[in-house]
Amino acid sequence: MTLLQMLGQSLVSTLRDVIPLSLIIAFFQLVILRRPLVNAPRLAWGAVFVVVGLSLFLMGLELALFPLGEEMAAQLFKLQEDKQDAIAAPIVNTGHANSDLIPAGVWGYYWTYVFAFAIGVSTTIAEPALIAVALKAEEVSGGTIRGVGLRLAVALGVGIGVSLGTFRIVLGWPLPYFILIGYMVVTVQTYFAPKQIVPLAYDSGGVTTSTVTVPLVAALGLGLATLVPGRDPIVDGFGLIAFASLFPMITVMGYAQLAELKLRRRDQKNSQ
Amino acid sequence: MNASTLKSFAASILLALWSSLRDLLPIVLVVAVFQLFVFQQPLQNLGQLLIGLSLVVIGLALFVSGLQMGLFTLGEGMAHDFARKGSVLWLLLFAFALGFGTTFAEPALIAIADKAASLKFSGMELNTGAEEKRFSIALRSTVALSVGVALAVGVVRILKGWPIQYFIIGGYICVMLVTPFAPGSIIGIAYDAGGVTTSTITVPLTAALGVGLASSIQGRNPLIDGFGLIALASLSPILFVLAFGILWP
Repeated sequence: MTLLQMLGQSLVSTLRDVIPLSLIIAFFQLVILRRPLVNAPRLAWGAVFVVVGLSLFLMGLELALFPLGEEMAAQLFKLQEDKQDAIAAPIVNTGHANSDLIPAGVWGYYWTYVFAFAIGVSTTIAEPALIAVALKAEEVSGGTIRGVGLRLAVALGVGIGVSLGTFRIVLGWPLPYFILIGYMVVTVQTYFAPKQIVPLAYDSGGVTTSTVTVPLVAALGLGLATLVPGRDPIVDGFGLIAFASLFPMITVMGYAQLAELKLRRRDQKNSQ
Repeated sequence: MNASTLKSFAASILLALWSSLRDLLPIVLVVAVFQLFVFQQPLQNLGQLLIGLSLVVIGLALFVSGLQMGLFTLGEGMAHDFARKGSVLWLLLFAFALGFGTTFAEPALIAIADKAASLKFSGMELNTGAEEKRFSIALRSTVALSVGVALAVGVVRILKGWPIQYFIIGGYICVMLVTPFAPGSIIGIAYDAGGVTTSTITVPLTAALGVGLASSIQGRNPLIDGFGLIALASLSPILFVLAFGILWP
């Protein structure tokens, strides 16, 4: 397929996404609100930029990032497979009563955990929906919440989440335990975190599961569940996304708590 | 366009390109480090990779510029107009329509629903193509309905100033309670459905709508009350799809 054909396809699919949205907005703006759009030409240019930009972005993902992710995951699994004879046996034996809680073989997959963390962090930084929310948050807070800081906190959360998620796949523990404990942490943090960060932290959980991160992370999970002996791709392969949307809530609230703590320390110093 | 606006336009495009280049830098670093030091292998198709990455950078720059020129202003403008009109019913209808309409047409959701329908679930065998089609449409309607309801509820929350944590923590407790009763095969789909609903175009618009509403109502804080719509829209599909799995004949 030529590049132009790809671009055409990408544009059509983005437009299909945008048309229902435009119809709803046009109906409410013109029929219900009966107000002309303020600065319509600028809005129209903005809309064109959004559609063309998103189409190019998605096309670039198809051309570069997704094949790259697949290639790297394949290389990673090849690397792990070469070492597998040494590490596979202890993992399969977890059923024995006298086996350790966390079998030693699990640590043999350390490159997988590192890779999962790196992929989670780096793709989240390039996530367009998160950039949008961070821009809005910085604007609304008058700069007290820094967009870059928020995005880094979310990225760290996704990295930890995906890394822990791959660890769970290798370990074979049930997903609900982790999720349940995660939400308990979120609940406790909610009571202690600064009030104005809580809604934003919750939103960042939903935002991360978007265009760039999901396909790359899902492929990693399925591939890993196929590689590790005794794991079922259908049962164990899923769940990485759930981790990726849970941990940003924890890190974003944590980031705000740290910032508040630092501020309080400085105030105490100044008042002394 | 005269010369000075053209110049400032060019400057803003360059700035946008620069910042999206910076956004992509972590990915390039991760790839380079792993290829050079861990895998110690060259990459295939380097040319296609470079073209793709440049498209990602240009696309991201255009998208972010477009957001600031259009989508944000539009969302906030509509929120202000609704607040001035003072009709809560129309506002709720708008929020519902926005959630339902954008989700029902979402390509990622269509893909998931079709795939779910083509798999044979234990206890919900779909024998004919017509039944598969019906299942897929029903599932999509369920998710779209859940997002519409979530946005409408979220707007009521903003109007009333209720804290978001009651909704989110309460919602996840419900998810935990309902999960054991749902057929095993639907659980994965339910948890995934929450992620696909927040598409890249809907997110900025929803955020702008929430913030715009909160800032045009007296006594509401745009940070505390304005955010939270996206969180609701990614929680409610899980609950609705679990219920769908229990109720589907």
